[in-house]
Amino acid sequence: MNFIQDNLLPLTVFFPALAALIILLVPNDEKNVIRRLALAFSLVPLALTLYMWFQYDRYTANLQFEVMAQWFPAIGSSFHMGLDGISLPMFLLTTILAPLSILASFSIEDKVKMYMVLFLVLEMAMLGLFASLDLIIFFIFWEFGLVPMYFLIRLWGGADREYASFKFMIYTMAGSLGLLLSIQVMGLATGTFDIIQLMDKWVHMEGTHLAGTGLSIELVKNVAFWAFVIAFAIKVPVWPFHTWLPDAHTQAPTAGSMILAGVLLKLGAYGFIRLVIPLFPEQANLTAGILATFGMLSVVLGGFAAFGQWDFKRLVAYSSINHMGFVVMGIAVMAYAYGRAGSFADPGVAQDAIMATNGAVFQMFNHGLSAAGMFFLVGVIYDRAHTRDLKEFGGIWTILPVYGTILIFTSMASLGLPGLNGFVSEFLVVRGSWEIFAPQLAMAMLGLLMTGAYILKAIGQTLHGQVNPRWVKLPDMTLREHLVIWPLMVLMLSLGIWPQWLLVFINDTVTKLFG
Amino acid sequence: MGEQTLQTMTWLIPVGPLLTFFLIVLFTKHNRTLSWLLAWAATISSLVLAWTVALNVFAEGYHHLEEHPNVVKSAIDWLPVGDFAQGTWLQMGVAVNPLTAVMLLMVSFAIVMIFVYSVGYHNYGQPRGSHIGEPNHGQEDPLIARFFALMSLFAGAMLLLVVSDNLLMLFIGWEIMGFCSYSLIGFWYAREYHLEPGAIPHIPPRKAAVKAFMTTRIADVVMLLGIVYFYRVFGTLNFADALSAHGLETAVHLVSAGIPGLGLMALLLFTGTVGKSAQWPLHVWLPDAMEGPTPVSATIHAAAMVSAGVFMIIRIFPLIAVGMGPQGSPTVGWVIAGIGSFTALMAATIAVAQYDVKGVLAYSTISQLGFMVAAVGMGAYVAAAFHLITHGFFKALLFLASGSVIHGMEHGAMEVHDHHTDPQDMRYMGGLRHKMPRTFWTFLIGGMALSGLPFITAGFWSKDEIFADAWYQFSHDGSALGLFVFIMLGLAAFLTAFYTMRQISMTFFGQPRTPLAEHAHESSNFMTIPLMGLSIFAVAAGWFGIPDTFLGLDLGKINLFHHYVGSAIYKVMEELHEAHLVHHAIETLPWSWVPLIASLVVALGGLAVGWTLYARKPLQKDQKDPLIGILGPGLHTFLNNKWYWDELYQKVFIAPTVYFSEKIVYEVMDKGIIDGFLHLVAHVFYTIGRYMKRTEELVFGDGVDWVKDQFLAMVKEFRQLQTGKIQEYVVVSMLIASALIAVVLAINYGWITSLF
Repeated sequence: MNFIQDNLLPLTVFFPALAALIILLVPNDEKNVIRRLALAFSLVPLALTLYMWFQYDRYTANLQFEVMAQWFPAIGSSFHMGLDGISLPMFLLTTILAPLSILASFSIEDKVKMYMVLFLVLEMAMLGLFASLDLIIFFIFWEFGLVPMYFLIRLWGGADREYASFKFMIYTMAGSLGLLLSIQVMGLATGTFDIIQLMDKWVHMEGTHLAGTGLSIELVKNVAFWAFVIAFAIKVPVWPFHTWLPDAHTQAPTAGSMILAGVLLKLGAYGFIRLVIPLFPEQANLTAGILATFGMLSVVLGGFAAFGQWDFKRLVAYSSINHMGFVVMGIAVMAYAYGRAGSFADPGVAQDAIMATNGAVFQMFNHGLSAAGMFFLVGVIYDRAHTRDLKEFGGIWTILPVYGTILIFTSMASLGLPGLNGFVSEFLVVRGSWEIFAPQLAMAMLGLLMTGAYILKAIGQTLHGQVNPRWVKLPDMTLREHLVIWPLMVLMLSLGIWPQWLLVFINDTVTKLFG
Repeated sequence: MGEQTLQTMTWLIPVGPLLTFFLIVLFTKHNRTLSWLLAWAATISSLVLAWTVALNVFAEGYHHLEEHPNVVKSAIDWLPVGDFAQGTWLQMGVAVNPLTAVMLLMVSFAIVMIFVYSVGYHNYGQPRGSHIGEPNHGQEDPLIARFFALMSLFAGAMLLLVVSDNLLMLFIGWEIMGFCSYSLIGFWYAREYHLEPGAIPHIPPRKAAVKAFMTTRIADVVMLLGIVYFYRVFGTLNFADALSAHGLETAVHLVSAGIPGLGLMALLLFTGTVGKSAQWPLHVWLPDAMEGPTPVSATIHAAAMVSAGVFMIIRIFPLIAVGMGPQGSPTVGWVIAGIGSFTALMAATIAVAQYDVKGVLAYSTISQLGFMVAAVGMGAYVAAAFHLITHGFFKALLFLASGSVIHGMEHGAMEVHDHHTDPQDMRYMGGLRHKMPRTFWTFLIGGMALSGLPFITAGFWSKDEIFADAWYQFSHDGSALGLFVFIMLGLAAFLTAFYTMRQISMTFFGQPRTPLAEHAHESSNFMTIPLMGLSIFAVAAGWFGIPDTFLGLDLGKINLFHHYVGSAIYKVMEELHEAHLVHHAIETLPWSWVPLIASLVVALGGLAVGWTLYARKPLQKDQKDPLIGILGPGLHTFLNNKWYWDELYQKVFIAPTVYFSEKIVYEVMDKGIIDGFLHLVAHVFYTIGRYMKRTEELVFGDGVDWVKDQFLAMVKEFRQLQTGKIQEYVVVSMLIASALIAVVLAINYGWITSLF
């Protein structure tokens, strides 16, 4: 038992990989066995995460379940993992969405085994990334997540999947390249890849020039900072690095979109919070205004672009850009306050930063739920009607009353209706940004307005209006589909009414950052 | 009653209806009878709780309330926003002071009346209709359970808003109401109109719903900024803490806020009211919101939603008062009162030229809300609250009565099988007085209250109080704003009396002008009993606000409304007045004849003109509205078309937004510039790659081919083991893995270091 207790975290991370190996042994044509096995296996990390959730000590709110093992001493890289109040919610999000996505993929008939294996590998990569406390490990998981996603789009995607998957791959790789080089430089300069150590060694590096070279530390730091920023900005995605996302989402299979929007986009935002700001506080502080501006542009232009869509799935895809923009704005406030001398002494600024950071992390979680739900519901109607063209729908509410009600509920969570989860996090971000980035925030309100416009457009075009005789025979949702969406809806409602069950975890760690 | 009991009861006021929404949606939606019974039970228990709490508050007596206005006060930790060891939380809570208590009385009663009425309105007990998402004339609506679920949520949200002790919970209720209004305006989501020329223009309910939601959302996002500004400056969202004399004085001294800051904050929050209470320039949603079922119109336009907007600025009144106080900026007052009085007059001019029986009431609502907003803008706190309450009663009555009229007309339409004549068009009515006597008398009472028929009706006393305040500000302080408001509202009140008389005459007097009106008959008891209930309040509510010094006499403290509602912020305003932050404390005005005479003249004058034009010689069949002759066709068309605001907004805002979204942002920016650039880069690399490949072929030739062949052979073997396109996966993984290994080795052996 002790072994399990001491290694809870790596066990959780690598369990999906083990599961993938087991599934590889199942014969190809046993599709139902494969599906059920994958679902059952994906529940194990959830159970482990829940166990950790209740074990987590809120009072210290520091890194917990830490594991540190020798891995690559020659370069100063070690197998270092741990969870705090920021990564734990992300862990929970991933382990919740993975089984639901697998359940949503039961309708996949083609190459089921490969599909499930890739899915589990993807889950491992995401969990590993959230737990990593070593840059090399972080990068490995970062790249590892790319490949399964690429194939999920490439092999099970829609008509234009080759273009979309290639674009996704190239875009992300373009970001990774700089990330990798910067990581090397940081390791070389400090002799360690451990994030916790780097937060001291790299940030407070002495001297003016990098040892053994003629490069000024200032310059190296700046270059590395931008490399990090671009890599993560592509992943979030921040406008104008976002054009891979609508294509990837539109072409990906339903569950692929759920995971892509639900978790993969959070990797980028998580990178900002875990790496960019703690490792480059000065640079982050200086450029916080720029980041806030781009966050605002994501909110506004993402909202307008979503409103301009007539493909239901593409509309939802653009909504992710719109929502993640708020995460970016919250991160910008964190960046501003974290690296600013005297922030901690100024209770007003510290309060702003705590709220904005709380809001950003919480918004990541909330968007994970609502975006996954929305993509799933788009998938449900697409499976039946085989079209996503909003102009072709109409009157669906009369034909599928239950589906219609569920779609409205989920859309309203996405819209940020108070009483549901999205509102709380948006409120926190808006509150935190007011004093520091008032102009950007005021502009961002335009995007918030457009959120309403595109959500109502989607509901109006699909559900309202006279019944289109073409869809009269469509059957309402199946039990399996209910099982996917209900957990999400319960979470959305519970977080809207009583957000503290999750937010206390985030808050306590964030407060320590600024305390 | 004990403090603890009152707190629990206050928490429970909104809970019942909110819970009912979920109960109906999840469990009872297939049992229609149980669904509406549940909704009744929930709202009636809210009514009992609300009245008990409110009466207990009043029982304290206003002398005591002036010192301790928040009789009920209870809060819980809701959102952690800092060190939990120090208890840094954003709290949610309830508070009842005299102002919220009166509001509770009005809202809970009006809601129960509306719920009772709704059962009859949807023809409960008749054969079940088959049109889902469309009106079922004379038959029971198949979605009656959904209707009551949403109405319960609506009621719960409004009650939540009223009892809230902080701006955030108020905003939550505010937005949920926005959602409910969207869903209920679009309740008949499948309805289409096939309009004939000359008919009253209608837009489909689903479009009206989107219009309502989006127009109010414009205001709501701005209001959200006001809320966060409020939170930043005061460090709390709690009304009692922030808007105390101490809180406001501290805020004034904060560098970032200061007095202009508070003014800005007040205006940001006021923007929310402009949207929710349908003030110009965001008033356009309200008339179209009439597309919803009539009980919804009554809920939105009288009892709940639009009242919420005005209620909010009354709730934060000390902030507004400081913002426009002696050290603040008079602009704040001018903006608020200016918008209010302009809206009041503009909407009244539109109302005189409408033919839709609900349309007249819609514009009248906008106009009356303008009265309240103007009152707040010139600092008449009690007068605004008073008009809010009386209006809530008589406007709910008028809407429900007009719904009853339409119901009667629809009945007529069924009997004569005429489905082309618009049953809402007053030109096709006439003579309904004898067909629908209960509806007529109650409508008459509501109409007279709206017109401000002197001394009897509630509307007279509340309007009179606004006039008195405006006149006092002008005559005593020499405030130009006071005179401006006085004149604008005077004109609006004149028009109000006029169009009300016009409406009553066209609807009820004369002879039936169509077979529909000929065959109309009285609605069921479900519908008429609530009308009678509301009629009592439409008259009696005014008696609580008769000025202490009416007609220059000393009547003692008979203006209970003033003393009780005033006590909610009496102490704060007193202290702020001493600190020279506001112009006036809550004070009893000295008697003046001018406003009384003015309100007599406008009310009686308007009624008289209306009587002369429409009642003395009732409209004949196919006769044109005599007003067209008087105003001239040009002006009449202008008013009938609502000053063309909709057309203007369509051109200036909506069409450009659609174009900007679809063409500029998506096609030009994303598809054109960003993706175009990427494709260009890809093309360049591809071209370079082709040349390199050719070079490679020329230079290395066979050697590379051999490696490639070996590799492919290996892949092929592997492929035997797996199906599908696994080889690609392997290729990519191997490439990545080898790159990683290379890098790690390179670092490990110090190769990279030696490069530098």
